[in-house]
Amino acid sequence: MLAVEPKSCGISVGAGKARCRAHGGQGDLPPAIWDKVKKHPCYSVEAHHHYARMHVAVAPACNMQCNYCNRKYDCANESRPGVTSEKLTPEEAAKKVLAVASRIPQMTVLGIAGPGDPLANPDKTFRTFELVAKAASDIKLCLSTNGLALPDHVDTIARLNIEHVTITINMIDPEIGAKIYPWIFYNHKRYSGLEAAKILTKRQLKGLEMLSARGILCKINSVMIPGINDRHLVEVNKAVNSRGAFLHNIMPLIAASEHGTVFGLQGQRVPRTSELKALQDACEGEMNMMRHCRQCRADAVGLLGEDRCAEFTKEKIVTMTVNYDPEARKAYQAGIEEERRARRGPRHEEVGEHADGTSDIKVLIAVATKGTGLINQHFGHAKEFQVYEVSRSGAKFVGHRRVDHYCQGGHGAPDHLAAIIRSINDCHAVFVARIGGRPMSELNKAGIEPVDQYAHEFIETSAIAWFTSYLEKVQNGQVQHVDRGDGAIRQDPMMSVA
Amino acid sequence: MPFKIISSQCTGCSACETECPNVAIFEKGGTFVIDPKKCTECFGHFEEPQCVAVCPVDKTCVLDTSLPRYQPPA
Ligand code: SF4
Ligand code: SF4
Ligand code: SF4
Repeated sequence: MLAVEPKSCGISVGAGKARCRAHGGQGDLPPAIWDKVKKHPCYSVEAHHHYARMHVAVAPACNMQCNYCNRKYDCANESRPGVTSEKLTPEEAAKKVLAVASRIPQMTVLGIAGPGDPLANPDKTFRTFELVAKAASDIKLCLSTNGLALPDHVDTIARLNIEHVTITINMIDPEIGAKIYPWIFYNHKRYSGLEAAKILTKRQLKGLEMLSARGILCKINSVMIPGINDRHLVEVNKAVNSRGAFLHNIMPLIAASEHGTVFGLQGQRVPRTSELKALQDACEGEMNMMRHCRQCRADAVGLLGEDRCAEFTKEKIVTMTVNYDPEARKAYQAGIEEERRARRGPRHEEVGEHADGTSDIKVLIAVATKGTGLINQHFGHAKEFQVYEVSRSGAKFVGHRRVDHYCQGGHGAPDHLAAIIRSINDCHAVFVARIGGRPMSELNKAGIEPVDQYAHEFIETSAIAWFTSYLEKVQNGQVQHVDRGDGAIRQDPMMSVA
Repeated sequence: MPFKIISSQCTGCSACETECPNVAIFEKGGTFVIDPKKCTECFGHFEEPQCVAVCPVDKTCVLDTSLPRYQPPA
């Protein structure tokens, strides 16, 4: 059987199970867990098409140093890893949450993810969660941490009903850790080198075990650093899987010299899209892999692919009247659930039978979408492309590429066009709602087929329909199937690595 | 000898503020300062001055040798 059918997942194990989960629907998740993740845009890939999250920056202090972070950087005009300009008090943050909740009814998750470590700022972090829980009980609470202080706070996390915790774990081998972390601050002392990494990994894994034991869902973030921990992350994956982690998110290192991080200044190489995907594929066994992370800023607001934080600055929030209406939010979200049900039907389509020679062909396609699972974005307006891998087992979301949109004030920007092509160079086709003549011919020249015939249709069904006809063309010799190049990962992130 | 914070280097992260056992550190215009009357260099509390140990920017929390009482007698 070629198609991946949800009903088969309840009894299958191993690769079949993982593949099914990767589609992001309920799959074989027990109802209690599905209930916790179905409206969480980070914990469910399907939810991320529909639901939004917000971060509040209440936690500026950190208890360790990572070589991919530069805490000196703080510029209002630029996003830098983990840094944000607007630090809020818990009271300001709670007001911001209500302001956003009343204007973005699909915002279901409040995350605290720095800019430092939320658990190095426990008073501010937990006070914010308490205020929000009191004022808006329908919002899920979510916390990101480096894990160093985690074991000390597990009871509080459980008491405050924080259902989702992300721990950044980049190694379980202290030798590797010593290359990533120059120092930690623990028990009133600064430790460095191997000693620091040993303490850190012990604390992280202990914290994970304690959370799992309490049924709190844990996502593990790992930063892939070529030559340092790239191979090792397979071991990390096994270690966290065996300790009950729910989801693993392997993110590419962001390091450019202008960020002023140790890795940036050292000229540390960043991963290529193909390397990132190969590692994610290698880890996708028993455990669900997250591939839709946008490496958000610590003050990000909105759907994962967008950032509406500029609409909710401190200044603007002071003047906003907050009209938080849980009933209206509920009604809006019921509408979303209706839409999701409609969408679920056509997603697992079979790819037609083909003779030998085409059976192991896999292609990537880029999709311009506003984020509801439809091909509904104009090529020139897309700020990111969602990437799907299409094969005879179906269409699977495998990542996204952020770009500068091509249309700038009604004109096409040629530099941007070249950069867009570089960033989706590993794709065979780009699916759009509409596209102009110039980008169409440039894409064709670059060997990426622009596809606009599925405008406003479902991504997955369309991808499969296109792929079926692609296979036919390959089979009858009209098209020769060739592997494509590598896409470029963008190095100016909207990012928060906790 | 009390410590001081070189304000041009301070990121304003507030990590030192929470760690100081003497509540000697407070915010002033986006960066942090140490009240020299309250700072004890962490003597009697910890082995290391906490502000120095936790600060992400090296050489930002430093001994303040500029105070008159630390100047060599004329
Ligand atoms: S950084 Fe990744 S996991 Fe965190 S909110 Fe953004 S998309 Fe979700
Ligand atoms: S040395 Fe100790 S007492 Fe003095 S300011 Fe720093 S943390 Fe406070
Ligand atoms: S720890 Fe250092 S950077 Fe942070 S507030 Fe204190 S002096 Fe400033």
